[in-house]
Amino acid sequence: MADPMKIRASGVGDSTEVKVLMSHEMETGQRKDAQGNTIPAWHIQNVTATWNGKTVLSAQWGPAVSKNPFLAFKFKGGAKGDKVEITWTDNRGDKRTDVAVIA
Amino acid sequence: MRADYRRAARGAACLFMLGAAAALGQGSAVDEIAKYRAALQDGNPAELWEARGEDLWKQKRGPNNASLESCDLGLGPGVVKGAYAQLPKYFADADRVMDLETRIVRCMVTLQGYTEADARKGPFGGPDRKADMEAYVAYVTSQSRGIRMNVALSHPKEQEAYRLGEKMFYFRGGTHDFACATCHAEDAKRIRLQDLPNLTQKEGAQKAYTTWPAYRVSQGELRTFQWRLNDCFRQQRFPELVFASDASIALTTFLARNANGAAFDAPAIKR
Repeated sequence: MADPMKIRASGVGDSTEVKVLMSHEMETGQRKDAQGNTIPAWHIQNVTATWNGKTVLSAQWGPAVSKNPFLAFKFKGGAKGDKVEITWTDNRGDKRTDVAVIA
Repeated sequence: MRADYRRAARGAACLFMLGAAAALGQGSAVDEIAKYRAALQDGNPAELWEARGEDLWKQKRGPNNASLESCDLGLGPGVVKGAYAQLPKYFADADRVMDLETRIVRCMVTLQGYTEADARKGPFGGPDRKADMEAYVAYVTSQSRGIRMNVALSHPKEQEAYRLGEKMFYFRGGTHDFACATCHAEDAKRIRLQDLPNLTQKEGAQKAYTTWPAYRVSQGELRTFQWRLNDCFRQQRFPELVFASDASIALTTFLARNANGAAFDAPAIKR
């Protein structure tokens, strides 16, 4: 089971700024281990963010994204106390969903 | 392990990396590295270690099925806030000077019932495994952020540790005839593009000590001050510094005391 994300969401004017830290190896599939064997790719493939059930961000990621990725984005709308839900799915089918309340 | 270092160019924020690479051509590299750190500060993955450490700290673990919440880090059982800023210090219950890691090992033994060997095992994480110790240290140190360093040196054993640490700092040895002081006793020294702090000056000692632990972007890991010491020993071609040994505690005492008065500012983020 993957470690939880760190999510901060704060209202800025009429929009909401969301900052997310995810805990993930993000292995590219290009590297080799000490024995010379390829380390299989293992990275987040899909990221979605929803606000009150409505998708505000949907992304497809590949091996070029760093280990323990940091994602920051803004969307129009959102009020104090609303919930922002972030979900990622990786290429092994592992999934993690965390929720933050807009401050 | 080695291959992991090669991912140096892949920062925690990949978009920002493009900007940093383009800007490196102008101005001094040192300024640009400072800018790079400032930009990454916002999304410091060290927070992931802090969160994991706090969770582990409060979990019931080990043969005794107990948490570390009643661990006495020097300010009384259960007090984590500000504890790191006054370590290492003398603990009467163990009759020795202890740094944070040594104290956590002791709490794992006395509270949770681990054997000493199990508690000391694998203090540093790598690509294949995450070290609980690094998470504990991230959590405890985060609770001293903003608090001024205050290593008392009031007990004779603390003074003895300080003197031993000072001796170690200046002791030349190994195949390269190196001492810590070879790299860290002059201003404006650097190794490749990294500035080396002058640890014999107050400012340098404070800045260095108060910014560890740190998330090392080039390794994708949170590294502790203990790890920094061990890696310095490796770079000097010294024998491995034994985790939680008197020598390790003495050197930590020397460097921590020299940082007295500065506000603790870690877990930080470094290249």
